[in-house]
Amino acid sequence: MIDIKDLHKSYKTGATSLHVLKGINFNVKEGELVSIMGSSGSGKSTLLNILGMLDEADAGSYHLDNVPIKNLNEKIAAQYRNKFLGFIFQSFNLINYKTALDNVAMPLYYQGVSRGERLDRSMAYLEKVGLAPWARHLPNELSGGQKQRVAIARALASDPKVLLADEPTGALDTKTSYEVMDLIQGINDEGKTILVVTHEDDIAHMTKRIVNLKDGVIIDDSFVKQVRAKDHV
Amino acid sequence: MFSRDKWNEIIESLTSNWFRTILTAFGVLWGIFILVILLAAGKGLENGVKQGFGGMATNSMFMWTQTVSKPYKGLPKGRRYSFKTKDVQAIKDNVPGLKYVSPRNQLGGFGGSNNVVRGLKSGAFNVYGDYPEIINQQPMDITSGRFINYNDINEKRKVAVIGEGVKTNMYDAEEAVLGSYIKVNGVNFQVIGTYKKKSTGGGNSEEDQKEIYVPFTAFSQAFNMGDLVGWMAITADDNHSITSLKSGVFDVIKKNHTIHPEDERAVGNFDLFEEYNKINGLFTALNFVAYFVGILVLLSGVIGICNIMLIVVKERTSEIGVRRALGATPWNIRGQILLESIFLTIISGMSGIILATLVLWLVNYVLASQDTSEMMFLNPSVDLVTVIIALLILVISGLLAGLIPAQNAIRIKPVDALRTE
Repeated sequence: MIDIKDLHKSYKTGATSLHVLKGINFNVKEGELVSIMGSSGSGKSTLLNILGMLDEADAGSYHLDNVPIKNLNEKIAAQYRNKFLGFIFQSFNLINYKTALDNVAMPLYYQGVSRGERLDRSMAYLEKVGLAPWARHLPNELSGGQKQRVAIARALASDPKVLLADEPTGALDTKTSYEVMDLIQGINDEGKTILVVTHEDDIAHMTKRIVNLKDGVIIDDSFVKQVRAKDHV
Repeated sequence: MFSRDKWNEIIESLTSNWFRTILTAFGVLWGIFILVILLAAGKGLENGVKQGFGGMATNSMFMWTQTVSKPYKGLPKGRRYSFKTKDVQAIKDNVPGLKYVSPRNQLGGFGGSNNVVRGLKSGAFNVYGDYPEIINQQPMDITSGRFINYNDINEKRKVAVIGEGVKTNMYDAEEAVLGSYIKVNGVNFQVIGTYKKKSTGGGNSEEDQKEIYVPFTAFSQAFNMGDLVGWMAITADDNHSITSLKSGVFDVIKKNHTIHPEDERAVGNFDLFEEYNKINGLFTALNFVAYFVGILVLLSGVIGICNIMLIVVKERTSEIGVRRALGATPWNIRGQILLESIFLTIISGMSGIILATLVLWLVNYVLASQDTSEMMFLNPSVDLVTVIIALLILVISGLLAGLIPAQNAIRIKPVDALRTE
């Protein structure tokens, strides 16, 4: 599903150049639930941004579902993001003047799906994350866990091939974190490929595979026994 | 492009901060309000001044004889001459582009002695010998009966059309006017119609109602004018200006009367078109000033919108980042910002136009209840074309106002936009 070879990325800040990713080789098969770990500055967010086509690598190749991702202009990148990827952010990034339902419907709007169908499908995803009764609420009327669940529903709405979660539990307390992880595990059980960036060990162990990044290189890539979040709620 | 969703998006984002939206809108509202009011005021002034022309055919001149100022072909200077009826035909034949050439003769005059008698009543009135065309050059409303026609001219009928002022002076209120006779310098004329001149706004509007029109030919015969013509009223057609044709007319006259071709003083004239153009030029300038000031005021409003859109974009940086992460193309974002800006501009501009229209309606309402003939101000208004121009200006300025913010919005990379909290 994801195939990365010898990926390099450096940021120029003034005169100095910061080499963030120093040759990443990385494969993810369909249906995997992978966590990317590392201390801050290890390059994990940069890697996720490149995976998410929000940023471009300097060198190396990146194939997503056998489609080479390179030399994208903004328009094509936007279309690929819409079609292939679902994003879950640490700070939820819901649009605060839109209802939960409209937030979920956003990716479908950019796909050009008609309004009626869009709302029907969005509603189904909201039901899936257990927030159907809150469909007409604005984000600031929801708790953190609920917001993240809306964000997950939104990420799922366009039926992407891969979900990318950037510290999805970073702004949540432990109990809510586990609830969110339970939801993510459930989605993975249905066959969705999911990448989670985290620096929390317990969250990482709720995935099936942990990739450890340090100073721009993968120092460890191992499959682990998945801890079910449900047992800890 | 005009899907319901797009409009929802626009309405949502504009209504998310009502107070700011209204303040911003006010700038443009005020600008277009000033523009419309200025244009309307200019129009009102123009209408008021042009009312003074009383609907006259403005592409006209009046021409009379003066003393010859240069000796020519053995004839001395200081000689007097008169127009003849054959001059009229000669002008018609030799100068193309003329609509009417009306020879006129006149009896009496302002402050003259009594020249009209009817029974025991008498009065001093201007009596004109005219052709039927004169009613197109100096419009008047026929209030009863008819005006002179060509049968009257051809048969030299002694008939007269009298003004309402003459009627008041010479008839009792109950008397029948049509068919009665009045005696002008001892010659009886049958009254066939009465007229009321359109308001001229000048001081002689009362005098204008005290005139008597009789057929030119009957006038000549009755008052021993022979083939003399007192003066002429000449109107050019719509494709020519009388100012450009008049030298041709003078040349015909000079040739017929053996006058030196370079004698500038022999033919006196009053060029109504030239006067009218001077006034028109004034109003063109006034219109220009109105547009200039109005558009500048509007510009400051538009800059306000541009400013606010920049802030909106700044505020929504992370939202824009999210949208792009979710698959919004740069043109989605750009279009959104542009539409918002255009929409805001048009809505506020329309409100400005509506407000201005209300004010104009009020002014017109007040003016309508007063006698405006002496006010030099009448019916301030703007025509549809002006409104459409104003709307076009609005759309364009809305587009311009949104351009920089829209470009700003997509200049930031999605990843940077997402990082902004």
